[in-house]
Amino acid sequence: MSEKVLMKGNEAIAEAAILAGCRHYFGYPITPQTEVAAYMSKKMPKIGGTFLQAESEIAAINMVYGVASTGKRAMTSSSSPGISLKTEGISYLAGADLPALIVNVQRGGPGLGGIQPSQSDYFLATRGPGHGDFHVLVFAPSSVQEMADLTSKAFELAEKYRMPAMLLADGTMGQMMEPVVLPEPIEKVEEKPWAVTGTKGEREHNIINSLYLKPAELEQTNLDRFARYKIIEETECMWEEFMMEDAEVCVVSTGITARVSRNAIVEARKQGIKVGMIRPITLWPFPKKPLIEAADKVKSFIAVELNMGQMKEDIELAIRCKKPVALCSRVGGMIPSPDEVLEAIKKEV
Amino acid sequence: MVVFEKPKALTDAVLHYCPGCTHGIVHRLVAEAIDELGIEGKTIGVAPVGCSVMAYDYFACDMIEASHGRAPAVATGVKRALPDNIVFAYQGDGDLASIGLCETVSTAARGENVTIIFINNAIYGMTGGQMAPTSLIGQVTQTSPYGRDPKTQGYPINICELLATLDAPYYLERVTVNNVQHVRQAKKAIKKAFQNQVEGKGYSLIEVVSACPTNWGMTPQKALDWIETDMLPRYPLGVYRDKDAEAKKED
Repeated sequence: MSEKVLMKGNEAIAEAAILAGCRHYFGYPITPQTEVAAYMSKKMPKIGGTFLQAESEIAAINMVYGVASTGKRAMTSSSSPGISLKTEGISYLAGADLPALIVNVQRGGPGLGGIQPSQSDYFLATRGPGHGDFHVLVFAPSSVQEMADLTSKAFELAEKYRMPAMLLADGTMGQMMEPVVLPEPIEKVEEKPWAVTGTKGEREHNIINSLYLKPAELEQTNLDRFARYKIIEETECMWEEFMMEDAEVCVVSTGITARVSRNAIVEARKQGIKVGMIRPITLWPFPKKPLIEAADKVKSFIAVELNMGQMKEDIELAIRCKKPVALCSRVGGMIPSPDEVLEAIKKEV
Repeated sequence: MVVFEKPKALTDAVLHYCPGCTHGIVHRLVAEAIDELGIEGKTIGVAPVGCSVMAYDYFACDMIEASHGRAPAVATGVKRALPDNIVFAYQGDGDLASIGLCETVSTAARGENVTIIFINNAIYGMTGGQMAPTSLIGQVTQTSPYGRDPKTQGYPINICELLATLDAPYYLERVTVNNVQHVRQAKKAIKKAFQNQVEGKGYSLIEVVSACPTNWGMTPQKALDWIETDMLPRYPLGVYRDKDAEAKKED
């Protein structure tokens, strides 16, 4: 599987999920992620898998919950308004410590919003998408290659830590085509001792559950979960640095805006401006370490994002407001041009 | 000599149900069916939100607790992942006929090969007696203190009749457990609903008209009588779909 193929981002997610051993996909049509469902509907019946167009986003996430309870890899995909509906199920997945993959190819909001790209579900994803105290792993791909690679990674870490994972792409990532080297297929997904598969009369019954009526017990499940989160925050942060060695201004951006920013930075460097970029790849856990280290070197930060400054708040928290953080953003489906980002960079010099 | 035993498919946990509640009877009937079919080791149950939320502690098979109304979707996921296992959902009227009606209808329309046990006691029990989608016209509950008024609160939903408009369901029967004869009929229906799944025949739902003496504000005996006098006229017992019987007729 080492040769390059030309694929749409949404298709790369679907194929990578199958290669990662996912044989159960449940979805509901919504733009701009429908290609994931279309791809799965073609492919799954041919490989003995399940493609099911659910009656609602809520049903889809609960079907995922059912499969996840059996220890098998399951996923659903949607776009922003659909993710709002799935948050109930995501909370239950988190509460029952079940791994699963939720893909959110974001569009503009709030409400019905639009169908053009957005990163405005940043808070929804990173603060725990649903009621209760919890997190999901959040990955922000910036290329079709990463759409594939992070799909595999999301399944792997979701299982390792028994928690849901979200691939948080913007609409551009879902729709654009690029060459991609698909990951190696996973032959067998590990059996889970906690899964419900039938006792076969050989063990006590397993129970998948998130209800604890005794406050002390419920508190303990929260404490245990957050102990796991601490390990994740210490060990699983992913990011990429670009031209940061001598940078005086640090751009922070993900997804499509990271690519726009990269062009702007190359142009700025030509004009002698010392600017670099830290691109978070995991949004939860948020890569605080490189940012706090950068805070000692740079004069200022610029958050470049497709929302009103949601990630900007995480940057400020990460660097404890040691340096100013400017915002360069477009919303509603608008995307800043490299020139707009360049202008924002020049303001900081 | 032991003449009456607890079914093996029930655990030793003490049921939390109120005196006179018929959940206990139905739990027992489900467990007896599982025992008699010898399927406990491969059965996976899905508990709802409502009074039977803790059914996962009472059935000895593997169990999943679902969110409110979503048990049929969860059961669908489990059955698709493990088609050789037996999957049942146990749901009340608020869960199945109100918040989860979409999942109920869609799962039935797909003809998922699962078994649904539907407890219809015309009230929300766990939250303290609010109006249910199946509450009777004029029924006084905490949220219909002047009696259910169809002008503002609509009419009860008859689930068996509703699902019988669909092509896919294999077996739909409404039973009750308010006397010995009815309990025996309920047992027969529940067992058949599991047997159908074992044979891969498709979707079966058994609606059990049940008593909630606590929230109806009645003694257990009065509640059983009220089933007969008030519930059954609105919810007639009987088979609403049986593809076995239909096939026999054609022969």
